[in-house]
Amino acid sequence: MARMLQRYSDSERMNHWFIALTFVLAGLSGLAFFHPAFFFFVNLFGGGSWARILHPLLGLLMVAGFALLFAKLWRDNLINAADHEWRKKMGEMLRGNKAAMPPVGKYNFGQKVTFWAMAISLAVLLVTGVMFWRPWFAPLFPIGLLRVAVLLHSIAAVVLILSTIMHVYAAIWVKGTLRAMTRGTVTEGWAQVNHPLWHEQVSKGN
Amino acid sequence: MSSLQSLDVVARSATTLPTPQIRTAAPHVAKLIDESKCIGCKACQVACMNWNDLRDDIGNNVGVYDNPSDLTPSSWTVMKFFEVEPTEGNLEWLIRKDGCMHCEDPGCLKACPSPGAIVKYANGIVDFVSENCIGCGYCVKGCPFDVPRISQKDNKAYKCTLCSDRVSVGLEPACVKTCPTGAISYGTKDDMVAYGNRRAEELKERGHQNAGLYNPEGVGGTHVMYVLKHADKPQLEDLPANPSVSPLVSLWKGTTKPLAVASMLGAMVLGFFHYMKVGPIEEKEKTEKEGA
Repeated sequence: MARMLQRYSDSERMNHWFIALTFVLAGLSGLAFFHPAFFFFVNLFGGGSWARILHPLLGLLMVAGFALLFAKLWRDNLINAADHEWRKKMGEMLRGNKAAMPPVGKYNFGQKVTFWAMAISLAVLLVTGVMFWRPWFAPLFPIGLLRVAVLLHSIAAVVLILSTIMHVYAAIWVKGTLRAMTRGTVTEGWAQVNHPLWHEQVSKGN
Repeated sequence: MSSLQSLDVVARSATTLPTPQIRTAAPHVAKLIDESKCIGCKACQVACMNWNDLRDDIGNNVGVYDNPSDLTPSSWTVMKFFEVEPTEGNLEWLIRKDGCMHCEDPGCLKACPSPGAIVKYANGIVDFVSENCIGCGYCVKGCPFDVPRISQKDNKAYKCTLCSDRVSVGLEPACVKTCPTGAISYGTKDDMVAYGNRRAEELKERGHQNAGLYNPEGVGGTHVMYVLKHADKPQLEDLPANPSVSPLVSLWKGTTKPLAVASMLGAMVLGFFHYMKVGPIEEKEKTEKEGA
């Protein structure tokens, strides 16, 4: 029986899944307004007007959820010199040659970049989204500024969705990762392969 | 408001395939507003309220003749009064009937995310179909003339329909019918352009050297046109000199849309094939080593 290491607390896991749920809902309702091919998503929310009413609220919930997790995880995601070594070998990683990768701590460079891409795109989504939130705030801003806001909002949304696709794919690709979020624990073997420095750190603590 | 039938709809918001294009012989219509004949009586505003059954709230006087002071969800046309000095020491009082310009290339329609909430008819009229309107306000960002107004009561966007219901049964718009000085005329676009140019020539003969027709090319021309005394300076009356759909709107609802969809779907397809080619990263080897 492999030894289990605690990677996330229960509150961190619930926080993560709250963000995931609100991301899906805000994402589907938002995509509906972005491209006609996705307009049918409004039916999940009770029609176009309901999707328009609910989207900003769902977005706020997502940002609030992310802010909590951000406060807990941002230090672990600061990019340092070791990450640049990892970045240089990213091609090896993508070819599945895990052995070629320099040892990493709790998060590798790819995870850190995803974290910051999500944080920054959510900040842009929050600020620009509030600006053209009808009927509450949109009348406060000149139309020229609102045009910039809607463009930035959709670009930030695409960045967030692409980051999330990467994030989900990595969890599927690297076996044993998903249970960190469903159970809170990972196997010792997983930690040794994927996050050896973190493994050392938590093993010492024991 | 929508009163023409589906064969007349040549463009439809948030719709990627062409609408019926068969009705090609429908003549383009236009309204021509000759400001040199306008006396600012506001009969057009009253006719618009009357025909469309609109009653705006009683507002406040803002110290000038403009009443209401701007377009509102219930006031689809408003007379705007301008005290200007086109040349030094030469005061003029200009009056412009404000309202939807019915662009040939409508920015509101381009920006609208709701299929069929904004349509353009074969005769050139741009109309809002309120039952499809979701109240997002994108049309406001798309419009180069700041025309659509969204009601606080029902969160629907409203603007001049060019009386599409009257036009569809062969009548002229209500404002045209009521104008006591003939400052507003209505007919085919070709006729109105010809008439507008002729009027501009007449005005030039009478000393208005800069008179001309306002039919801005940047939006493909408009189905509401002005004969301006100072066509060289439309800004005197709060009209943009060279209006066009903002490049930001074109980027947002043009280039970005297909690129974003392609990148999102592409990322998923790429992930799928990457997994199939490279396979998963597993901890197996390491645990075996550990066991050994």
